[in-house]
Amino acid sequence: MKARTRAAATLLTPFFLLFTAVMVVPIGYAVWLSLFTEKQSGLGFGGAETVFNGLDNYTAALGDRAFLEGFGVLLGYCLLYIPLLLAGALALALLLDSALARARRFFQLALFLPHAVPGIIAALIWVYLYTPQLSPVVRAMEAGGVGFDFFSPEGSLPSVVNIALWEWLGYNMVIFYAALQAIDRSVLEAATVDGAGSWRTAFAIKLPLIRASLGMVALFTVIGSLQLFTEPLILNKGTGSAVTSTWTPNMYAYTAAFDRNDYGLAAAASVLLALAAALLSFAVTRLTDRKGKRA
Amino acid sequence: MSTPRPVNVWLSKAAVNGALVLAVVYMLFPLVWLLTAATKDAGGLLAGNAFSFEGFDLGGNLRRLAGHNDGIYFHWYLNSLLYAGLGALACSLISVAAGYAFDKYDFRGKEKLFGVVLLGVLVPTTALALPMYLLASEVGIVNTYGAVLLPVLVNPFGVYLARVFSAGYVPDEALEAARIDGAGELRTFWSIGLRMVMPGFVTVFLFQFTAIWNNFFLPLVMLSDQKLFPLSLGLYAWNSNAHAEPDHYPLVVTGSLLAVVPLVVAFVSLQRHWKAGLTAGSVK
Repeated sequence: MKARTRAAATLLTPFFLLFTAVMVVPIGYAVWLSLFTEKQSGLGFGGAETVFNGLDNYTAALGDRAFLEGFGVLLGYCLLYIPLLLAGALALALLLDSALARARRFFQLALFLPHAVPGIIAALIWVYLYTPQLSPVVRAMEAGGVGFDFFSPEGSLPSVVNIALWEWLGYNMVIFYAALQAIDRSVLEAATVDGAGSWRTAFAIKLPLIRASLGMVALFTVIGSLQLFTEPLILNKGTGSAVTSTWTPNMYAYTAAFDRNDYGLAAAASVLLALAAALLSFAVTRLTDRKGKRA
Repeated sequence: MSTPRPVNVWLSKAAVNGALVLAVVYMLFPLVWLLTAATKDAGGLLAGNAFSFEGFDLGGNLRRLAGHNDGIYFHWYLNSLLYAGLGALACSLISVAAGYAFDKYDFRGKEKLFGVVLLGVLVPTTALALPMYLLASEVGIVNTYGAVLLPVLVNPFGVYLARVFSAGYVPDEALEAARIDGAGELRTFWSIGLRMVMPGFVTVFLFQFTAIWNNFFLPLVMLSDQKLFPLSLGLYAWNSNAHAEPDHYPLVVTGSLLAVVPLVVAFVSLQRHWKAGLTAGSVK
């Protein structure tokens, strides 16, 4: 018995050592750093001095309009993106799962393919497709009499949402499709025998049965949404774009650290972001759990 | 069973498949654009006609890509292969070892410990990158290969997957048989457990390889020496200059195309594995 315990410990040690070094310690360090600030001593000759300042970094971040507006952007992003993603991926999965679909393997692969494209490259491609000088899309829209500025204040959010949808729709579709395929076929046959049409079967039988997958996708999407950084950063680099360098909380933290060299503020912003993620994932888990129990 | 009229079925079939085709067009159009855009010189690219081969100059683009800044692009390519290959290999081994231990052994506080792993899945990685950078600069490993490699060795979701796969692929009887034959526990893991859980290993490897290949935030934060850049960061740096130097546009586009190819090939050829990975995470 002792040999087994020792073996378990040996196999677990590398993971937990690294886990501690790469996740636990940085979280602790971020909390620690967020309590300090650098002050120029005297006339600025003596270099910077690190001073404990309690929760001042937190009040500074929370008192900064740019930071709060970042959360506002995230809220708008989530309200637009999450319903579109869930509904779109579900619709595609249900279409693919319906008896009428052909060439399922091809559709699955083709719809999944954008997920193989690195986020930064996906963002680059789309920014080029948004740029009037480069884009066949903008040109075609103009020819059709539709003028839309993807970089304008109103256009930025849909622009970013579109990139995210392109990257994640197929991925989540595959998850839902796998869950649908795992449904016991006799349940569906029984529904057909009882006279349920394909719409009824989809909404009254298939959807409730894949609720666990729905909850998981929602959870990971929420966590992912809070980290929004790469796509808006690329849009931010575009000329004439309404996306600022503090557009999302993550960008705010990055700017605080690397443009303003205010590590305390950056750490406080990171901690607040992680807290928001924890709260939201707790809420999402509770929500989907409760729904699951009621069913 | 009610039989719908044939015309109705034909219409529904057309509607279902038509909707799927529309979705595929949306998904593939940007990739087709990338493909044709990579064949154009700066003038043709700015002309903006996606499907003409105006200003066709794929050879020239590749030559310029290889020649620009002493061939730094292929240096980045090798770096990406190194980060993703080595990182994913080590990460899969570490994850599978831990997942196997969680599945096959009983010890005190096991499920609590596993709960910690699951909590790790929920930690937003980009909120960690900044503290990681500050910590790395304390330790003095900022701007080294290690600064990018070390953090990607940890993947709590990989441990979760490995546990699921170990439960599914490694029968306890096989381990009992090895024990009766007198093999030590670690030996049993190495020569029996690891071999049987190979599909899980490949799945974790594939996912981690993609994640590292696509990783952008961590290298952005950690690296300043262009020689250490992975593709994602290098292309980003080029793109940031493209407004000042329009010659950079073809470099970015052709470079992006080449950077996407290995992942597309991997996903097309390893379909079984990524599907298994997605499924293991979702179907209870």
